This record gives sequence, C-alpha cells and structure tokens, in this order.
Amino acid sequence: MGGEVNGTMLTAQIRKQRHGPGAAPFALDVSIEVPPGITILFGGSGAGKSTLLDCIAGLARPDEGRILVGGDVLFDSVRAIHIPAPKRRIAYVFQTLALFPHLSAEENVAYGLLNLPQEQRRERVGEILTVFRVEKLRKQRPGEISGGEKQRIALARSLVTEPRVLLLDEPLTGLDAELKAAIVDDLRAWNTAKAMPILYVTHNRDEVDALGERVIALDNGRVVSAGAPMEVLNAPRRKKLAQAAGFENLLHATVLDLREADGVMRVKLGESACEIEVPLGYAAAGSRVQVAVRAGDILLATERPHGLSARNVMEGRILSLEHRGAMVIARVDCGVTFVAHITPGAARALELTAGRRVWLVLKTHSCHLVD
Amino acid sequence: MEALWLSLRLAACVAAILLAIGMPVAYWLAYSTWRGKFLLESIVALPLVLPPTVLGFYALVAMGPRGPLGKLWIALFGHGLAFTFTGLIIASVFYSFPFAVQPLIASFEGVDPRLLDASAVLGAGALRTFWRVILPLSLPGVVTAAVLSFAHTLGEFGVVLMVGGNLAGVTRTVSIDIYDYVQSLEYGAANRMALLLLVISFAVLSVVYAVNRRVWTPWAAK
Repeated sequence: MGGEVNGTMLTAQIRKQRHGPGAAPFALDVSIEVPPGITILFGGSGAGKSTLLDCIAGLARPDEGRILVGGDVLFDSVRAIHIPAPKRRIAYVFQTLALFPHLSAEENVAYGLLNLPQEQRRERVGEILTVFRVEKLRKQRPGEISGGEKQRIALARSLVTEPRVLLLDEPLTGLDAELKAAIVDDLRAWNTAKAMPILYVTHNRDEVDALGERVIALDNGRVVSAGAPMEVLNAPRRKKLAQAAGFENLLHATVLDLREADGVMRVKLGESACEIEVPLGYAAAGSRVQVAVRAGDILLATERPHGLSARNVMEGRILSLEHRGAMVIARVDCGVTFVAHITPGAARALELTAGRRVWLVLKTHSCHLVD
Repeated sequence: MEALWLSLRLAACVAAILLAIGMPVAYWLAYSTWRGKFLLESIVALPLVLPPTVLGFYALVAMGPRGPLGKLWIALFGHGLAFTFTGLIIASVFYSFPFAVQPLIASFEGVDPRLLDASAVLGAGALRTFWRVILPLSLPGVVTAAVLSFAHTLGEFGVVLMVGGNLAGVTRTVSIDIYDYVQSLEYGAANRMALLLLVISFAVLSVVYAVNRRVWTPWAAK
C-alpha cells in the first residue's frame, strides 16, 4: 500500500463508543483511506468528524481498530499499540485554532521545534512565516491579529514540524471565499513537494466543491459514501443527513428518466402530476427516491414567470400563511404540499392570502436526493 | 518587631513550600479522571472547616516525642519538632493547604483544553506542556495561591498556639504577640501591631484582586 509511489497513505479503521451523562450514545465506526493531497471529510454536526480526527491524532483512544501512516502503526488494538500524540508527527489545526495566547506568532510557530538548536529553529520559523505571508506579524500576539492571519499562523505552526499527515478541523470557517481560496492555494503550493495526506473537515458544501479532490461523507458515525466530490454529493444519501442539515420539505418521488449528459433527472412528486428536475443520482428510472428542499430555497411568484434559468416552475394554491417573527411560512399545494419561507415584506408586496394562485420556482440544485 | 519578622519569615517559607507541593497536587486534581478524586478534594479542603485548635492538636500529637513525625525527626536530627520554628512551618503548611491548592486548581482548569491538545500534537510531553502553556496561563492563580497562603499563615493563631507555644523569637508570631499585649492590658501596643497586620492583609488582598482582574496580564483580550 502506502509509501511506494509518491508519499504516504493514511489508513484508519476506528470503532469508538461514546456514552456519558448528558450525551446521546454514539458510535463511530469507520474505515477510511487518505492518499496524499486534500481529502474532504464532510458531514453535519454530530456526525463524528472531530472524534475521528482526535483518534487519528492520538488525543482520543479508539475502542478497536488500526491506524497506519505509510507502514508505521500508530494504533492497533489487537497488538495493544497506542503511540501517544506527541510522538505521532500528525499535525492538527483545530476549529478554534488554539494558538497560545501568551506567545507571539513567532513563538507559537517555534513551539513544535523546541528540540532544534536555536539557529536552525529561527531559520525554519522565518521560512514558513514567509511561505504563509505572515512574516510581518512575527512579534504580535494572537489577540492582536485578525482572523485570516491567525489561520495562516496556525497552519504555519502545524506545518513547520514537517508532519506526516495534516488534519484540519474546519480551520477556515468565518473567512470570506476569496481569503479562503488564497489560503488554500498557499496550502496546496506547500503540499506539492511534500505530498502529505491532508484530511480537511467541513460541513459546508461550497467548500467541498471548491477544494475537494476526494470526499468522504460521514453521517452518524459512519462513512456513507466516498469518492470524487460530484459522485459523493450527488449520490443518494440517507434521510438523516438531509434532516440534520435542516430541510423542511422532504418529498417522495419516482424517477421518470435520467439525462446523464445534463447531469439531471426528472422525477414525479408523490402521487401528483407534478414533475421536477433534480440532480442526477444513482437511481434507475422507475425507482423511488426522496427529494429534500429547503423552505428558504423556494421562490414564490404571483404570475407565471418567464425567462428564468431555474428549471422547475410549479403552479399551486396557497393553503396557509403563518407569520413567525421576521418570516412568513407559506404552505402551498401543488399536488403535493410545499413549505416556503418568505419575508413579511414580500408577502405584503405580493398581497399573498390563503387560497391565492401562485407559482413556485425551484432550482435543480436546490433539490437534494435522499435515499 | 521580633514577632513581626518571625511571622513574615514563617509566612514566606510556608507560601514557598505550598507552591512547590501545591502545584503537582493541583495538577492532579485538575486533570485526573479518577472517580475517587473527591476524597482527596475533601481532604485538601478540610482545614477550611476544621477549627484550628483541632488541627493544631493533632499536629502537636504527631510531632510530640511519641508521635510518628516527632520520632522520625528525632531519629534524623536529634531533636524534637514541637515548639520549634520548623514544627510551626509544617503545621502551617497543612493549615494553609487549601488556600494554595484551590486557586491553582481553578486556574489550571481554566486553561482551554484545546491548548493542551495543541501542545501535545506539536510534540510536547506533559512536563513541557505544564511549564510552557499551563503555568504561564495560570499565572494569576499562582500569584493568588502564593499571596493567600502567605496572608493566611500571617494571621494564624490557634495552630501556632497549640504547636508552637509562645517562645519569643522562635514561635511567638504577631497574632500571639497581640494576644499577649491584650492580656497584659497594653492596648496601645496591641493596636499598633493589629493595625500593621490589617494594612499588610489589605495590601496583599489588593494584589490578589488586581491580578485576577488581569490588570497586569499583557495577553488579556483587547
């Protein structure tokens, strides 16, 4: 396996039960392979992403399993091997970054190099601060540094130790897309020579599309699919994942026909005559699937709209309008009932009332396949 | 003035010893996951609720020529422990133990656990993590522990009276001195001493509160 052609491979089979007062019992049971390059670990909160990373880093101990980097065994429950975290040479950038608040940027980055002679240490710290474009902040403390720059320093601190694997737990949340892309570019550039396996955790679908060479989708402690981003995200997923991500509309549908060239398929909703276009999934014509749609992703129009890029326009009638805070929840009957969220202003401007005829507009990629 | 000097020396020795002993104990109490931990926590807190005379009584018994500690001391050094300055230090260490350990526990527990994880994945063992991360971030707690155990020892009376007796220059501390003055109706002298103790205690507590409001910690969030 690993270590032969280019770089090393991280493999992990991990089983871990978690129980305790206040926490719902939860079992992590996964088997993953992370080749050199960026692999995205995708899943909602509570899917077990952080537990998995903690086990790989040596901060938590699996009940059973094996963890290997290249040919080196880091954990093996059968042979009772558990290499402690400080000896694993696995870098881990936490969601909170965990920069040491009492140390300057430079001292933070030098922390993993304390065993090196001072001269060498200074050289390597200077070098990596330059690579990540934060050399001018070397004397500043984390409290005086902005978000994006803190993230760069946290990356530099982890990578300066020349780790064998890099774990990133949503390290770039809260950054705008441009800044995020710039940091990821610098990370990729760094990794072209090192060919290190990088496991990048996110619950954000946009990041998956932007970064991923490979994706592992985790749900409720289990790997639900793995592969290229398009395959994984468009593959039928289990209902749990959709619900966890907050989909208000969950509709039964029958697949009518597949249009592989366009990456879509047509489905009929429930027992109605209502047909919509959804992203292509692993499903045959005639098979039954579920479609999940966020109420906030649905547009309402009082006249039949024309000239839209959205592929799904359905005529229906408003069943009820419910005002809830700064939101109006509209239930619309199109043969099946949809729930749509609109603003009170929009509801007034369109003079929406129960019984009124409306058209629902739905983008193909706002429809998510489940099961 | 001899009594004041003695009290200050005693308090300084006790504070220093308590920091040295208190840190490993507090570290263990803060991070251990052992279920029976509460037992040790209760023992540490015991001097808070026990009358000083009870503590002093058992300390005296233990240090007497027939007590275990007294016998050991005689075997090692050729003289007993009761009514000596060393005996006073040992008894005071027990008496002020919670005042050192509890602020240390609180400040160790206040350190973000992810910082400890970060230290570990960067290759640092437990000892390096303690010196480089936990201790610097717990500095206000360390100062509080030192200052509180110093101040508490400075003002102790019951334990000193039981263990130390009242030997001028050896075991007669400020609080004993004040008591003596009052007994012999020298209210003026008693007042001078009492006032001095009051001022010192106030100064010391001001240090504790200032440190805990992070007046001087440079890395406080801005």
